[in-house]
Amino acid sequence: MKEKNSVGIVKSKKFICKNPLKLNSGVLLKEFELTYETYGKLNAKRDNAVLVCHALSGNHHLAGRYSSSDKYPGWWDSLIGPNKPLDTNKFFVIGVNNLGGSHGSTGPKSINPKTKKPWGADFPIATVEDWVNSHEALITSLNISRLAGVIGGSLGGMQAIQWAIKFPEKIKNAIVIAAAPNLTAQNIAFNEVARQSIITDPDFNNGNYYGKKIQPRRGLRIARMLGHITYLSDDVMGSKFGRKLRNKNYQYNFNTEFEIESYLNYQGDKFAKEFDANTYIRMTKALDYYDPANGSKKNLSKVFKKIKSKFLVISFTSDWRFSPNRSKEIVKALLDNNIDVKYAEITAASGHDAFLMEEPRYHAILQSYFNKML
Amino acid sequence: MKLNKNNYRYDFPIIANWVNSNSKVLDLGCGDGELLNYLKKERNITGYGIEKNPDNWLKSLKKGINVLQVDIEAGLPEFEDNSFDVVILSKTIQSMHNTEEILDEMLRVGKQVIVTFPNFGYWKDRIQSIQGRMPESEELPYSWFNTPNVHLCTIRDFDNLCKSNKYEIIDRLVLTDNKSVSFLPNLLGALALYNLVNR
Repeated sequence: MKEKNSVGIVKSKKFICKNPLKLNSGVLLKEFELTYETYGKLNAKRDNAVLVCHALSGNHHLAGRYSSSDKYPGWWDSLIGPNKPLDTNKFFVIGVNNLGGSHGSTGPKSINPKTKKPWGADFPIATVEDWVNSHEALITSLNISRLAGVIGGSLGGMQAIQWAIKFPEKIKNAIVIAAAPNLTAQNIAFNEVARQSIITDPDFNNGNYYGKKIQPRRGLRIARMLGHITYLSDDVMGSKFGRKLRNKNYQYNFNTEFEIESYLNYQGDKFAKEFDANTYIRMTKALDYYDPANGSKKNLSKVFKKIKSKFLVISFTSDWRFSPNRSKEIVKALLDNNIDVKYAEITAASGHDAFLMEEPRYHAILQSYFNKML
Repeated sequence: MKLNKNNYRYDFPIIANWVNSNSKVLDLGCGDGELLNYLKKERNITGYGIEKNPDNWLKSLKKGINVLQVDIEAGLPEFEDNSFDVVILSKTIQSMHNTEEILDEMLRVGKQVIVTFPNFGYWKDRIQSIQGRMPESEELPYSWFNTPNVHLCTIRDFDNLCKSNKYEIIDRLVLTDNKSVSFLPNLLGALALYNLVNR
């Protein structure tokens, strides 16, 4: 049966860049690969391309399924497809797995050409800046001189900002959702707890675990559970789970007692099976390091000086990891430079995760904005 | 929440008259973005609108307005001093809580400030008051129990506020049914329009 408004069955592609890429860390990648997917058609003028940047645990698989028996569609399938807010009848949509990822792009799992073994712990930390530089190489290879837009939520929003800063001539619109111009101390603190839980997992073996029988799942599982708590709001957890019990009465032991425990354990297990520990700690580092204005709000206005793209900035009321006030810092720096910007604060209960949900007002805004873009 | 704006267009040309061509304009409570759109066409302005109502916000976006959803009751911290040529507060002041603060903020951010409001001294309102009930009219289309208007004022009240603060009135126009009123404006005028600068 054909799914309604779906891009259908999709296949990922590979871009091999033979030009060396110098990373922020100083490491030189002599060549690299990016796994990506595209949906819709690039028009004759080649001006209808939208790049979608992924967040911490995302990848290039945005929409559609790999086979009809595929259980889940891509992670932003609610947004992307024919007649959906990001309409693939009009736009050529590109999803790319970032460097250091574990879904096909060059990362810790890839073979280090020097040693002919997986990079593992030796894979360098790639930053938001590095990612955007690598995206640009991909876009150029597709013969696209200017993107109609770059869109991303959270860490993906940071990449959209970086695109506008680094390549002002090559991006027409930046859509920055539930993001911030840098992380707060509290956010870095959460990331450090996540990393420590992974690094101190004995199965992690300092990051060299590929090909081993036992994979480092314990730490990754806890990291995900912690992350998950912070991506939701107190209210939404309360309304979804409250104090609901698994059994009728307290068991007075350490098995799963409350529904919320069961939910978190399930989410942790699922994620630990699918995701790569080395990638996870590197993605959190990219978040921590991103700070185009070096911590100064005034400086952000200066950094935005050369921006030529228009902006849509969206935040969610219950998002306490990337609060509306952080989005307003972005808006303020744009206003200081007379840049075209629209800003909406969506009333939503689901916290940071709201950017992945199908809240009607949120999607209506994106739909209208995309409609005006072409 | 804003007043009914069914017959709002008639004050647009007056506002446009007070706005120089190519000005940078900030419209507080920009509603569906019609005024900014009008000023774009008539005066080639650039600028931003602030709107908190989600439906109006989206209507503004669809018109291509740079619309921002921030709470103006909290002031205008996103905007630098003198960063706009004109700041407009059209038919919104009567529903604001921090009236003086927002006027001060407008005059901090803008070199020129335009304020319009329904005149509560209008004779039709006065008659209803004398008859012992809260006035309702085209400009005030609410019942006492559901009105968003908390700070209604008369032309005399607003003049006094300008006097006691440092607002200089460089222009004032009073309208009833699209016609300018110069005789007994506080009694015969339905809508007041002020063009202010810092003294």
